[in-house]
Amino acid sequence: MDVLLQQLINALSLGGIYAMLALGLAIVFSIVRLINFAHGEIMTFGGYGIFLSMAFGLPPLAALTVGIGAALVMALSMERVAFRAMRGADVVSLLITSFAVSEILKVLFQNGISARPVPISFPSSWSGAYQIGGMTIGVAPTVSILVTLISLATLTLVLRRTATGMAMRAAAEDFEMLRMLGVKADRVVAVSFAISGLLAGVAAVIWTAQRGSVDPLMGFFPVLKAFIATVLGGLGSLGGAVQGGFVVGALEVLTQAFLPDSLAPYRDAIVLSAVIAVLLVRPDGLSPTKTGARS
Amino acid sequence: METALDIKALEVRYGPVRAVRGIDLGVSKAGITALLGANGAGKTSTVMAVAGVVPPLSGTVSIFGQDMTGAAPDAIVRAGVAISPEGRRIFASLTVEENLILAGSATGSIETATERRAALMERFPILGERRRQLAGLLSGGEQQMLAVARALMNEPRLLLMDEPSLGLAPQMVDTIFGILEELKSEGISILLVEQNAALALEVSDHAVVLANGAVAASGHPSDLAGDDVLKSAYLAA
Repeated sequence: MDVLLQQLINALSLGGIYAMLALGLAIVFSIVRLINFAHGEIMTFGGYGIFLSMAFGLPPLAALTVGIGAALVMALSMERVAFRAMRGADVVSLLITSFAVSEILKVLFQNGISARPVPISFPSSWSGAYQIGGMTIGVAPTVSILVTLISLATLTLVLRRTATGMAMRAAAEDFEMLRMLGVKADRVVAVSFAISGLLAGVAAVIWTAQRGSVDPLMGFFPVLKAFIATVLGGLGSLGGAVQGGFVVGALEVLTQAFLPDSLAPYRDAIVLSAVIAVLLVRPDGLSPTKTGARS
Repeated sequence: METALDIKALEVRYGPVRAVRGIDLGVSKAGITALLGANGAGKTSTVMAVAGVVPPLSGTVSIFGQDMTGAAPDAIVRAGVAISPEGRRIFASLTVEENLILAGSATGSIETATERRAALMERFPILGERRRQLAGLLSGGEQQMLAVARALMNEPRLLLMDEPSLGLAPQMVDTIFGILEELKSEGISILLVEQNAALALEVSDHAVVLANGAVAASGHPSDLAGDDVLKSAYLAA
């Protein structure tokens, strides 16, 4: 029971990171039809933002804020520099552009900072644990679950209650129609990148706080999982992306915890097989978008 | 006479497909021009080029005497154009009220938008009754009304109506065309794309027939009503 609950917390904590990354991918995809392969580098840049501000002597909390800001700035610059010129191009051209952006940034990280992980040392109290009813629960996973839930709840409120959120939901459904109502395309696209950048920044904060280091591939692997999560949830569906993120996170943690050692090398294969099994039954994902894309 | 819409030698291409091949078309002020033709004749491509979401390859589009060729959709909306598009394209996951607010938010202030929304809900009582419902749950006819009401939120001077009667019950078609004539009497100019040619010719004061992306015939509706060109244009596709 004790073990199960602890693993549940780990699953929520990891799933939350995947959920935020997948949501960022889905928001941009639903509006611009861009599968942003460089999303991982937004997260990595956030990580380096934290590393550099700590290196310059900022207190940890301020450094984390700088990290989120760095990811936001990176997402917006990416849109302005690389993707705006490609607006309206077909999905494949956009995908290849994002590959290029991703590779360029990785090389810049490797040559500009270091190809190896650079350490970030947070206060030792952050890696502590507390006791509830005889169970030991880590501080970092608890905080990361809270941060994830607050981020997702805030975003839901913004999407539901504000004029900008209304425009984002409409854009996800039919961007061309929204433009024909007189809403400026550039603004909506910039807001979608800003949201995805903020979410990637929060993911970078949680990721580095738990692992204590940053490397050029930091964002790459979690974003791969987030891609799987968006497909699992239904590509372009925002709610589906969040669901998919938590499912992939849970599968990963549970297979890690409960699989016998002899099967451990097959963990990713088992997780992906489970995803394929779900897609065989529900080809459009767990919660597909309500309306199909119109050309 | 100043025209609401004046299209000259418009050409629209989708890759290798020449959807519109150099057409001329006009809508007079407070007039209704019917744009007729078979599926694939280039009617919707013409409308989308006017709305600014499909860039024209060549030709000019003037709106109230102002050259708006290739302008961005938001500039065209500010020039006084609104669209009720083919397939209605209401935002299904938003409520009826949100659909209207969104349309008003682009141009007006919050106050004027609220005022217009109230006026439109009076004009279309069914939308008032259903304002908190998701637009996707409305019937086809109600969705069409929402599409028209949404277009009116920006107080257009030129309205582009693409297939407003498609898939609607006869009674609902009458209602929609009644609204159309009301709008005309209020001084709104209308470009009407319609597959129901007889009905469109009845309300319009000018008609243009497209076939394979070119103008096959144009003139006064009463001259076209019995015309063979019109019949063959529908059979030519």
